[in-house]
Amino acid sequence: MFKGGFIQNLPKIYGLYTGGFIVFIILMAIAEQAGASAKAIGIMFVAFTVAIYALIGYLSRTVQVDAYYLAGRQVPTVFNGMATAADWMSGASFVALAGGVYFGGYSYMAFLVGWTGGYVLVSTLLAPYLRKFGCYTVPDFIGTRYGGNGVRFCAVLVLVLASFTYVTAQINATGTIAARALGIPFELGVWVGLVSILLCSMLGGMRAVTWTQVAQYIVLIIAYLIPVFWISNKIGAGVFPHLMLGDEVARITELESQFGLTKNSAADVKAAGVPGGLKSIAVAHAGVGAGGMAVWKYISLAICMMVGTASLPHILMRYFTTPSVKSARKSVAWSLFFIFLLYSSAPMLATLSKISLMDPNLPTGIIGKSIAEVNSIEWVKQWSSQKQVFIADFNGDGVLQLNEWFMRTGVVVLATPEVAGLPYVISGLVAAGGMAAAMSTADGLVLAISNALSHDVYFNMIDPKADVRKRLIVARVLLVVVGAAGAYIASMRITSILGAVAWAFDFAMSGLFFPLVLGVWWKRATKEGAIAGILSGLAAGTAYLIYVYPKFMGNPAWLGIDHLRFGLIGAPVCLVVMVVVSLMTKAPDAATQRMVDEVRVPSGRSILGRQH
Amino acid sequence: MSNKEKHWQKTRNHMFVTLALWAFFSMVIFLFGYEINSMSFLGYPLAYYMTAQGSLLAFVIIIFWFANRQEKIDEEFGFGEKEDD
Repeated sequence: MFKGGFIQNLPKIYGLYTGGFIVFIILMAIAEQAGASAKAIGIMFVAFTVAIYALIGYLSRTVQVDAYYLAGRQVPTVFNGMATAADWMSGASFVALAGGVYFGGYSYMAFLVGWTGGYVLVSTLLAPYLRKFGCYTVPDFIGTRYGGNGVRFCAVLVLVLASFTYVTAQINATGTIAARALGIPFELGVWVGLVSILLCSMLGGMRAVTWTQVAQYIVLIIAYLIPVFWISNKIGAGVFPHLMLGDEVARITELESQFGLTKNSAADVKAAGVPGGLKSIAVAHAGVGAGGMAVWKYISLAICMMVGTASLPHILMRYFTTPSVKSARKSVAWSLFFIFLLYSSAPMLATLSKISLMDPNLPTGIIGKSIAEVNSIEWVKQWSSQKQVFIADFNGDGVLQLNEWFMRTGVVVLATPEVAGLPYVISGLVAAGGMAAAMSTADGLVLAISNALSHDVYFNMIDPKADVRKRLIVARVLLVVVGAAGAYIASMRITSILGAVAWAFDFAMSGLFFPLVLGVWWKRATKEGAIAGILSGLAAGTAYLIYVYPKFMGNPAWLGIDHLRFGLIGAPVCLVVMVVVSLMTKAPDAATQRMVDEVRVPSGRSILGRQH
Repeated sequence: MSNKEKHWQKTRNHMFVTLALWAFFSMVIFLFGYEINSMSFLGYPLAYYMTAQGSLLAFVIIIFWFANRQEKIDEEFGFGEKEDD
């Protein structure tokens, strides 16, 4: 059945895998009809998919350095696109994005533009050139282009800071989902999540992560799209929701003015005993705020996320694995296409979820009904027992008003299938999708950190004579250590999922964007300039974060630049310092200038060989 | 000017054009978010549509276009790659 090598057979292998997964979904649906419990189905979904990823991870084991760090540079364009999309779309994207749109409306959707628009920067400014360079890690590029271990170490510092902020949120998400699906405590769920993550990456490094990420993408996109299409058809909103929800959006706007959008005061919310993190709908679904500040808030957030995207090492390193520069470029396009499939569906899911709850003409509508009646609905009972939804009868009339209904953002994705009355098998599928999204991102991040530590710190700085066997052992030990550290911090539950994710973008943007871009686009950039730029950008950004974040110093934001946008302080400082210091120091030598010239030409050998 | 320099100049111009398109869809239209939201597209308010779907789709198209045109530029100057490394 399979002639030729593994790479030639990829479409067949993943086609078969997708078919197998669909058969599994159908089997679960039959089991549900036959009377299997919701809990058993949830366990089956998560356990089955994680077992498959672990199997792929085992089959992709390797003892080659270039396979461990670069997946052998043979990942085909479209498959690398899928792997990048899975790497990119985190547990937060999967679970919290639609919820964010649901509660945040237009101004929140700056995240959607930011998290996709950044790929234009990746493809025009960085990905093809880094691929031509042939580096193993992002600091590997910085260290070789600018020369010296000092600048390499600075890059490692930013990488670790940005990726680690991000990875704890991912391990937290795997823990939450594992805990819910398997019925175990969160603290234990985090460690179960970690073991699953390590199973996918430890034996095969980048190679194993690549092939599990492709498998995870397939699961997560099926799990996201099926409910969106199903609900849309079920409530008669349209066969193809993305093009046909105009009427529903208009209807929500109409219902908003009918019910009234009331922002509850913090004192009322506290007095009613609403659990922390739960929100009520207080922002218009499709309305746009007027005024210069609203525009600036939107655009500044989009800029931070876009520039941050182009600086995140775990994304950039995916483009080191393609066979050619040309395919690296194309691969960025495919990545964004696969990301687009999910991101463009999130606002549709938010719309469907909201109209299901709000519209009194739909059987699922709850606003305007008596609170006693709403409390007797099965899914309301179940989710309020977990403190995920809450009803506070502020005016004491016994009827549910729009501002009296509270939900956690994640519930929009996790509970919508139940709200719309879909069978439980869909909820199990959504849990498996969330797990896939969180695991794939966590894998990419843990690998990015441990590769930088093993290749850049250990091999380049500590022991350059280490043989291949020793290097790979160190790489794996570091992988486990980094993962365990992430899981330990995640189990302490420090920040909410989304705050931490946005910070990672700002850290990366403050310290890495300009050193990377100028490394390719400005020959005059020097080592001293890069070191000064990275350190001052990072210091300025971090100092501003501490200055403005409510839990630290909590000062009023300057020009609306709050803690989600501190990269807007860090990156310009980095740019100015880097340019000034570069111009004050001696221009890079002829060899470095030749190297930059070489990077700008797609054909020919890469600067750093397969084995280095 | 050498072949390499010409290639780089054309590559750089292509980059600037691409980034101009990017800036239009990521920033310029949202400068007028409030104003354009009273217009409608596919039944959606326009600014809502662009941030929920339109700009995202534009980015996908821009990157495919960018990659194809850059490949042509590379081939024009004899820097096209063969598939195997």
